[in-house]
Amino acid sequence: MSSGVGEPVLQLRNIVKMFGDFKAVDDINLAIEEGEFFTIVGPSGSGKTTMIRMLVGMDRPTAGDIILRGKRINDVPASKRPTCMVFQSLALFPHKTVGENIEFSLKIAGVERAARRLRAEELLAQLRLPPESYSKGVHQCSGGERQRVALARALAYEPDILFFDEPLSSLDFRLRKTLEKELKDIHRETKKTFVYITHSLEEAMVMSDRIGIMNAGKMVQVGTPAEIYDTPHNKFVGEFMGEVNTIEVERTGDKRVRSISDGAEYIVSFEPDGFVHGYLIIRPEIVKIGQAAEGLPNKIQGTVFNDYSLGSRVQYQVRSDSDQFQWLVERLQDEPYEGGLDDTVFIGWRSEDSILVSD
Amino acid sequence: MMKWLMQPGVRAAVPVMLLMLIGFIGPLLMVTGYSFMPPRTFSLLGTPTLANFISIVTDSYYISFFWSIGLAFTTVVILLVICYPVSYGMAKIFGPWANLVTIIIAVPLLISENIRLFGWVLFLLKNGIADGSLHYLFDVHLPSILYTVPAIVLGLVYVYLPFMLFPLVIGLAMVPDALKEAASDLGASRWQVFREVELPLAMPGIMIGSLLVFVLSLGSLAESKILGGQAVVMIADDIESAFTFAQNWPKGSMLALLLVISSGFLIFFLFKRIDLDRLIGRR
Repeated sequence: MSSGVGEPVLQLRNIVKMFGDFKAVDDINLAIEEGEFFTIVGPSGSGKTTMIRMLVGMDRPTAGDIILRGKRINDVPASKRPTCMVFQSLALFPHKTVGENIEFSLKIAGVERAARRLRAEELLAQLRLPPESYSKGVHQCSGGERQRVALARALAYEPDILFFDEPLSSLDFRLRKTLEKELKDIHRETKKTFVYITHSLEEAMVMSDRIGIMNAGKMVQVGTPAEIYDTPHNKFVGEFMGEVNTIEVERTGDKRVRSISDGAEYIVSFEPDGFVHGYLIIRPEIVKIGQAAEGLPNKIQGTVFNDYSLGSRVQYQVRSDSDQFQWLVERLQDEPYEGGLDDTVFIGWRSEDSILVSD
Repeated sequence: MMKWLMQPGVRAAVPVMLLMLIGFIGPLLMVTGYSFMPPRTFSLLGTPTLANFISIVTDSYYISFFWSIGLAFTTVVILLVICYPVSYGMAKIFGPWANLVTIIIAVPLLISENIRLFGWVLFLLKNGIADGSLHYLFDVHLPSILYTVPAIVLGLVYVYLPFMLFPLVIGLAMVPDALKEAASDLGASRWQVFREVELPLAMPGIMIGSLLVFVLSLGSLAESKILGGQAVVMIADDIESAFTFAQNWPKGSMLALLLVISSGFLIFFLFKRIDLDRLIGRR
């Protein structure tokens, strides 16, 4: 086989998936490297589930090639692919015990009972499950235990790539956080390639080496968590990160833009090639308010009309006097803004902190 | 005691409890009582005796039992084979068309079973619809199956089809597609997915359908009488003639009791072997 050094384990070339006239996946190209934790993030309906179903072999692409270690696998069914998925519903077999679930692929492959049991016990230990859970029924397991059983069952298959279809989405916040970290640990221990899909960019940020962001069937941006955070390619990615201030702007000169709604001019420190019209994205945490905003190149006058506690931070809502735009501003809890509600204040930001994107 | 009776759940159950007492438990007890009365008597107050039991086991009634159980079993097997693919389609493939199939299968239930069976007689009769059409179109006469054992099986299969189909549809609908995909993703072939995942999870529906058809066929009378002529005598036939023609209630009662006990034993044995709770995943 032609899996030379540096060649990606999985390559997607011009993948298209049509459902009738609807293009669920629209010309996606992607290369996933050996051993990386790659996460595909997108809102519901972005095509990420269709995508993973094709990668696992449960659906066939309408056009394009899926290449695993140099071999085209479009027409290889899921049962014959050396990859495996952890389902959103986990899809544990309810009529089998934890042990029988984990051993399923080994039983199918004709591995002897004693050897199967040995491997299952190893996996139980690796996933921090007590050995006595081997003979437990799946329904007696807690949510977290079931996640681990599903992962153990997939690992028992010894897949080249392990796929995850948002398995953590139904769990409560604390358990999800714990399992996200555990999953990352297991990735490090097993050194396998993990491909994860989720609608939560936050979840993706915690776990992934690289992230691919999907919207409306297209892969909008691929990069490390830091790249995605610092330099979103467009408005969608910028806003997908969480609450941001987005202003529609047009170019007026070198590194100068003008707001469409009130004509205010702002200075930026970077503009994309050939920029004419687009959006200025300013995160709430980099907007200064009150005394802190003094002397900044980009300034707006407005009225504070709301404040919320976000735990470690406080968020203020400021209505701009010129165009009534509602700005979000955040300060750390222990250094709040000195004024009160209904005060007229200045807010502002440094030109290098804002992000300018086309479209 | 009074406190127990005042609970809303108990009070709501009173009508059905009374109905079951009068309509089900009562007759069952009476049949049991008559079974041990002297032959050809009509009183429940005679001296208990095993005369009926002895006369039945020394006579050739085992043949009727054999036919009833054999035909019921055959019907179950044939219906499983016929209904499994259709129910799979209705549960997973047909989508909105499944409702149409349901209606097509359910509508004949509005017509009396006997009338439908007489319809089959007209169809299968010599010079009837099947024979006449074949003769007219191809100039052939084929021997009719009417008044033979296959005709009885045809009748049983036809009449009890819905009782197998609908439980199977529900059973198969209860198998999540993701489980089958997961099994296949873990390397299982289609056959292995069927055996390891689909069949065990659909088992409650399969069991309930088989049980219904088995019990109903075991007690069936019309099919063997109308379509079978005198080809074979099923046990329900024997029970009927004991009560009517022979005017021997105690013997009829003993036959009925033996039928209830034997089918009850078969069912108990079956359910004992297959743990429904485990199949559904409650344990």
